[in-house]
Amino acid sequence: MTAAVEARGLGRQYGRRWALTDCTLSIPAGHVVGLVGPNGAGKTTLLNLATGMLEPSTGTIEVLGGRPASTPQQLARVGYVAQDTPTYAGLSVADHLKFGAHMNPAWDAALAEARIMQLGLDPGQKAGKLSGGQRAQLALTLAIAKRPELLILDEPIASLDPLARREFLQILMEATADQELSVVMSSHLVADLERVADYLIVLVGSRVQVDGETDDLLASHRLLTGPRSDASALPAGVQVITESHTGRQSTFLVRSTVPVHDPAWTADSIDLEDLVLAYMGSAASARPVLEGTR
Amino acid sequence: MIWMTWRQFRPQAITAGAILLVLAIALGITGAGLASDFNGAGLNTCHASCGQDATNFVNSLRGSSYQMLFYGGVVVMYLAPALIGLFWGAPLIARELETGTYRLAWNQSVTRGRWALVKLGIGGLAAVAFAGLLSLMITWWASPINTALSDGGSGSSPLASRMEPLLFAARGVAPLGYAAFAFTLGVTLGILLRRTIPAMALTLVLFAAVQLLMPALVRPHLLPAEHVTAPYNPGRSGELMIGNGGQMTLVQDATIPGAWVISNVTIDPAGNVFTGPATSACLGEANSPCINWLASKHLRQFVTYQPASRFWPLQGIELAIYLAASAGLGCACVWRIGRRRA
Repeated sequence: MTAAVEARGLGRQYGRRWALTDCTLSIPAGHVVGLVGPNGAGKTTLLNLATGMLEPSTGTIEVLGGRPASTPQQLARVGYVAQDTPTYAGLSVADHLKFGAHMNPAWDAALAEARIMQLGLDPGQKAGKLSGGQRAQLALTLAIAKRPELLILDEPIASLDPLARREFLQILMEATADQELSVVMSSHLVADLERVADYLIVLVGSRVQVDGETDDLLASHRLLTGPRSDASALPAGVQVITESHTGRQSTFLVRSTVPVHDPAWTADSIDLEDLVLAYMGSAASARPVLEGTR
Repeated sequence: MIWMTWRQFRPQAITAGAILLVLAIALGITGAGLASDFNGAGLNTCHASCGQDATNFVNSLRGSSYQMLFYGGVVVMYLAPALIGLFWGAPLIARELETGTYRLAWNQSVTRGRWALVKLGIGGLAAVAFAGLLSLMITWWASPINTALSDGGSGSSPLASRMEPLLFAARGVAPLGYAAFAFTLGVTLGILLRRTIPAMALTLVLFAAVQLLMPALVRPHLLPAEHVTAPYNPGRSGELMIGNGGQMTLVQDATIPGAWVISNVTIDPAGNVFTGPATSACLGEANSPCINWLASKHLRQFVTYQPASRFWPLQGIELAIYLAASAGLGCACVWRIGRRRA
């Protein structure tokens, strides 16, 4: 199966500043992928490169096997909800649906109208008068109703209140279930993605720190607690992500493909947030991080 | 894409339509009155040596509301392309870049080069159509006056000939080119500046500069100018100025009906512009010694001009220049948007 997004040595320069450098990653199709990283990690740049909004300065990127935004056919295969969910303030909700219908040959009018009904949006209302959540829903509706194979969302819920977030993610999940849609969704908060993403990419400093299916990632990471000791004292086959020490005790967050049975260590499972924060923290402390092998 | 362009353009189109309608009514009513005055002066049935009737007709307009409307029409023709550039051209793409909606537009199943092409094409055609209708209406309204002027009714006319720069840019087909150029200039600056208000301001400044430079530097040379030399006649009307140090400037009125006089100088037998120095004959109270002295100099009047018959050729050339510039800017816009730099 073709990868949803395939980047090799991808970089993008703004003037003299590099927003993304040497990014190599492969995002498999058929997943809801969470792209997590701190602000400024290069998430938006990566997604703009994937949608063809930007041209790479170095390297290559392919989306669903094609060059982003190169042809109308390629554009039709990818839906994009850009950051801050832009809509035309002066146009009504109904005008936006007409816009979608005129701009996309595969437009699903019935689907779009059903979603607007379900959301309780007034078709005559100007988009500029909608709330942030409603605007995000409208943008999502436009992206879904063009019937893409891949839906890319850039921090779609960052500015929404908790209730609007929940509604937005619910609609998104319904759409992915109905349409066999691949989704790539960025956020700087893991909590936003935890309930929906089944695949996770942690991007820090424009480098992929770790990626994989969330279940695999959770299964392979452990928090080991034991007597004060050096990392070399750990069992073979474990890779240390972060470590902390007190006077008598040492704590290591490790990645291990094998179970740790050494009685000297207590092994606890971690949640997704701990995992992401560990990778962000280790990257931030400029410690060389080995990219995990799955 | 065409639907969306139309939908976004609709408010401007309605405004433009309303302006055309109001002008059509106003010009229709007053134009009928002007035409009946023209006929009343016997000019519609006059075929030869109508000069005196034409002069009377033109002089009768002096200070009338028709004269005001005549210049009002000129002002409208000057403003129209500039306003098209400001309110249609500059915001066309700048507003999308400014508000971020380009990120919505460029992720539909339409390549962004085509998106820009359709927007520019429809907007450009609308600009040309608007200017064309405006020029047609105002040219029709002013046609009695222009006919009278080209019939020789110039003299001390308060109304300019249509070859004069003031009127040339407000008549015929050249305004179509101005509208297309102002529109594409606005779009281009909008793309470069990415902000609507600064783009509007710069469009106004640059377009005004082009419109001033065109008649000053380019138009006189579009077709080789005609020259005429005549003996300088000190007794005829004209100007005679004597500056400090006895420097003289002599200008004798040029009477070439309907022509655009580009330069009018007095030269000595060697072909150099005559600058004096003035002798005591010209510094005294009486005129005749000075006139006699000037007559002894064998001076000639040298006039460079574009004759009235050049009106349509010059209009055509100017239209072509502006349309070519518009096409060039339009292509640059489509190319720039098509390249992913945003």
